[in-house]
Amino acid sequence: MTHDATTMSPDAARAAIAAAVRRIVPDADLDTLADDARIRDELELDSLDFLSFVELLSGATGIRIDESDYPDLTTMARAIAFLTSRETSGDGLSGR
Amino acid sequence: MADFTMPSLGADMDEGTLQEWLVKPGDTVHKGDVVAVVDTSKANIEVESFVEGVVQQLLVEPGTTVPVGQVLAVLGDGVAAAPSPEASVAPPVAAEAPPAAPAVAEVDGTKADATKASERPESVRVTPLARRLAAELGVDLRTLTTADGAPIRAKDVRAAAAPSPAAPSPAPPEPVHEEARPAQQPSKAEAMRTAIAHLMSRSKREIPHYYLSTTVDLGRALDWLHERNRALDVSHRLVPAALMLKATALAAQATPAMNGFWVDNAFSPGGSVHLGIAISLRGGGLIAPALHNAADLPIEELMAGMRDLVARARTGRLRGSELSDSTITVTNLGDQGVETVYGVIYPPQVALVGFGRVVERPWAVDGLIGVRPVTTLTLAGDHRATDGFTGARFLADIEQRLQHPEEL
Repeated sequence: MTHDATTMSPDAARAAIAAAVRRIVPDADLDTLADDARIRDELELDSLDFLSFVELLSGATGIRIDESDYPDLTTMARAIAFLTSRETSGDGLSGR
Repeated sequence: MADFTMPSLGADMDEGTLQEWLVKPGDTVHKGDVVAVVDTSKANIEVESFVEGVVQQLLVEPGTTVPVGQVLAVLGDGVAAAPSPEASVAPPVAAEAPPAAPAVAEVDGTKADATKASERPESVRVTPLARRLAAELGVDLRTLTTADGAPIRAKDVRAAAAPSPAAPSPAPPEPVHEEARPAQQPSKAEAMRTAIAHLMSRSKREIPHYYLSTTVDLGRALDWLHERNRALDVSHRLVPAALMLKATALAAQATPAMNGFWVDNAFSPGGSVHLGIAISLRGGGLIAPALHNAADLPIEELMAGMRDLVARARTGRLRGSELSDSTITVTNLGDQGVETVYGVIYPPQVALVGFGRVVERPWAVDGLIGVRPVTTLTLAGDHRATDGFTGARFLADIEQRLQHPEEL
């Protein structure tokens, strides 16, 4: 997948989201999670889980995620769109 | 000499399985030191010592289930008697007369040789979930290695258990720890269900509940929260629950009648506010460990403490004191979408506070209708300990404190 060096590819974004989710819900079945399903509802993430999710995702991608961005993380599809639209801080994840 | 006994970690526990010793004969133990890991029906609990002294003898081997009150170890004020580990399988009455075992000091970790096959050398840590999985899947923990002494985690166990040709598992296909967990023993989930059933039945049998409810405008609190969070890194952000817990803790401190226990037909004040936080566990079940001295914690520390408590309740280890010390409990089922929750009080506590989902509703302020975020705040109170009047003042106090978030 081609993409700019400073933004993520959709595949990399999906992988980063999946990795962050699995850190919180180790046995999460992401294969059956539809791209338009509400992640928090489907995986029963409470507010603390969601905060950890944001923290992990931000740390892994180098993308700052503000509270006002939280609605953009509602579904897998929206989250991928959000991550691929932002510039990473260049912490070496363009190769993922 | 003092005995270290299987503690009662909450009103619903009658037995526990000693899972791991964190001390050995000869170790000096202070009050509050964690000395053992005990597996209860609810979780793996790090048990603190209530006595001081030098460990003389460990009487119970890891993997053994014993009733609350049974002596697990003997502490003295001198040097360890250091009995052979084999002596530790003797029945507890042997505590009174330690066998004349060879007095070999166990200082170099050779104790590991005598521990059961399911145990690991002490130098390698195993997460509780991994330990349980290993028992269920029949994985020999001694065959697993991790890089840089990292603890063995559930995924390591799963990887070892997976029937992958690339990773042949030396573990036999049949579970090998049946002596520690007999087949007729209920599963973890069943055991927890039973424990909850007992405790909640007792609550409804013994406690004459009364219920109060009020709607709280969270507009100011959430504005303040979002403004504060805007400037902060994710790791320092607060969630609304932190404000709710702090407001509840302060109100409980100001209304001591809501904060404590009903024992022997009388109310016993709890003193400091140790706020029980109801935490739902993945895969079912519920646990409500205490956030110690919650009323005295600055909001940042309360937030960090809450995150730590929830994480340890779900994946790691709780302390015995966290399971037994709660003076009042809060449930925040709103996170799961319901608007109102009327709780069942945890005996012997006398109150349970519930917060529902934060929803936007039309709301009149100064004669004008606006849309505000509101939550339904509820109280389940023990009518033996307090009357509705006191409960109402208590709820009103929580509501008022949430109107001044900067003071929380």
